[in-house]
Amino acid sequence: MAYDKFNILQSSAVPLPIENVDTDQIIPARFLKATERKGFGDNLFRDWRYNADNSPKQDFVLNNPIYKGKILIGGKNFGSGSSREHAAWAIYDYGFRCVVSSFFADIFRNNCLNIGVLPVQVSPEFLEEIFSTIYVDPTTELEINLPEQTITLLSMGKKESFDINTYKKSNMLNGFDDIDYLQNMKNEIQEFATNLPL
Amino acid sequence: MSKTLFDKVWDSHVVRHIENGPDVFFIDRHFIHEVTSPVAFLGLKNRGLQVLYPERTFATADHNTPTINQHLPVEDPLSANQLKALEDNSKEYGISHWGLGHEKNGIVHVVGPENGITFPGATIVCGDSHTSTHGAFGAIAFGIGTSEVEMVLSTQCIMQPKPKKMRININGTLGKGVTPKDVALYIISKLTTSGATGYFVEYAGEVFENMSMEGRMTVCNLSIEMGARGGMIAPDETTFNYIKGRPLAPKGEEWDKALAYWKTLKTEEGATFDKEYTFSGSDIEPMITYGTNPGMGMGITQKIPTADEVGGGKATYEKSLTYMGYAENEPMLGKKVDYVFLGSCTNGRIEDFRAFASIVKGKKKADDVTVWLVPGSHIVEQQIKEEGILDTLTDAGFSLRQPGCSACLAMNDDKIPAGKYAVSTSNRNFEGRQGPGARTLLASPLVAAAAAVTGVVTDPRELL
Ligand code: SF4
Repeated sequence: MAYDKFNILQSSAVPLPIENVDTDQIIPARFLKATERKGFGDNLFRDWRYNADNSPKQDFVLNNPIYKGKILIGGKNFGSGSSREHAAWAIYDYGFRCVVSSFFADIFRNNCLNIGVLPVQVSPEFLEEIFSTIYVDPTTELEINLPEQTITLLSMGKKESFDINTYKKSNMLNGFDDIDYLQNMKNEIQEFATNLPL
Repeated sequence: MSKTLFDKVWDSHVVRHIENGPDVFFIDRHFIHEVTSPVAFLGLKNRGLQVLYPERTFATADHNTPTINQHLPVEDPLSANQLKALEDNSKEYGISHWGLGHEKNGIVHVVGPENGITFPGATIVCGDSHTSTHGAFGAIAFGIGTSEVEMVLSTQCIMQPKPKKMRININGTLGKGVTPKDVALYIISKLTTSGATGYFVEYAGEVFENMSMEGRMTVCNLSIEMGARGGMIAPDETTFNYIKGRPLAPKGEEWDKALAYWKTLKTEEGATFDKEYTFSGSDIEPMITYGTNPGMGMGITQKIPTADEVGGGKATYEKSLTYMGYAENEPMLGKKVDYVFLGSCTNGRIEDFRAFASIVKGKKKADDVTVWLVPGSHIVEQQIKEEGILDTLTDAGFSLRQPGCSACLAMNDDKIPAGKYAVSTSNRNFEGRQGPGARTLLASPLVAAAAAVTGVVTDPRELL
């Protein structure tokens, strides 16, 4: 599925300073029963966000109107657990285009890059600084510059660079996905398949 | 340069290497199930693509199937819809489909190996993170997302950077009552849930060499819980004996050719790893988890560690213990247990049922415990009956359910109620994993059996 191109994103951010946020929290398994990819944003962080009677939990950050924006800031080891891509869809569908953390689980990072959510890994110190700056001023804006591979806390001018492999980067910049790439090398794949060890 | 087992299998499947990017990686075997495939097929349709090698993909229904009355129509309309989609898509694209009620139906990571679909040196993926299970055969196997399912269907490839390599050695022998599940929970407790992120693990040493295929599958299954992409064990006679004669395994000349190749699949002397750990088998005791991630495990006779002892975020640790209703420094022995779940792709194989039965034989189920015994497949179910295990279970007051993922992820009706404690042989104790508010204690089938007959957390060694 094609997604919006990503270039430079400037936005305020939503802080979620919890470590090891697993994909069962991002989207609980009982919401995986769809056969189409829509509506997942409504159930993003479902059990942290709503009580059993579906009333919003006042103390959860997504229910706090002070915090908004297209960037989600998470604690260390974000996205561990199940390989469900639905977790990344829920984040995208809710309106986030970028997740910032000091560490990402592998499959989650991959899934994000495949569907147009940019995972930005920063140092633990910078992550702390982002959290504390947002808590002082929730309107604090961040700039995510994909071409330059930098993340900047705009009010303070503090900047860090982040890693992304050049292939994924050009996909994100162009709104392409892996399937587009693979389609163009089908002959090579079929040739390869005839020479496998078994 | 000397190669590791992982290098050999990986390198032989790279179709193209992209400079500063991922490898285009060829997939030999692809498993699909009802939950993560429908959107992938939808993607194919939207792009007007075909399935390139339908014979390399295998479909089974497991994630949200009911575990009782499987002959009746599935009640939950959403689940029924996904099951129907799997059946229709399989038919449309010519993919073999073992749906609900099929004699080979069961959990994807149980039916793959037991039917001979999994083999050494293969590359295997599935839209389920516990695909790492198949690494037990010396395969590279890992979980993928739905976009990748679509890639494999349409091109039999995915794009993957080659992971770093880790080896975990465990020598010596395991004590009485210590099972492969305990070995895995022990390793995860040492490495934490992110300790192997970015790595592919090879397990080596006497403990794994002496392990059955079922046990190796349990260990490799849990690799993902320390963040690893997957885990693998070099194939040996145990592996070959397990595969030989299975329905889809190579036969005759094909077998000889395969065997000769498989025997070359081991890490060469002098090959290096990016990281290496060594533990001793005799240090491991039966394990149990006390918190909300699989790294929060401890020896069953120990006390719940304090936040300082485990390191990491104190607030996160406290949140976890509050969810569990436990406190630092408490013993786990004697804690009340409301539910027991034996099953899942971690511990739903015949050996797990044998282990469970060895403890409950001649005893009675504790009155106030609800016990769900869920075989991983119909073939396992059949074996349970043939080996007389069912009689032992029935005499002790237990009954058997029908195969499926069941309470492992609680997508069907098998949900642990909020606040209740479940000793579970599955793989994840995350908040709400086994039902909203459910509290999960991960453990081996022996620990599960001990809880099932005593109603509290019990050291299984006392009952052996
Ligand atoms: S038993 Fe659990 S982990 Fe295994 S395939 Fe099913 S849901 Fe996934």
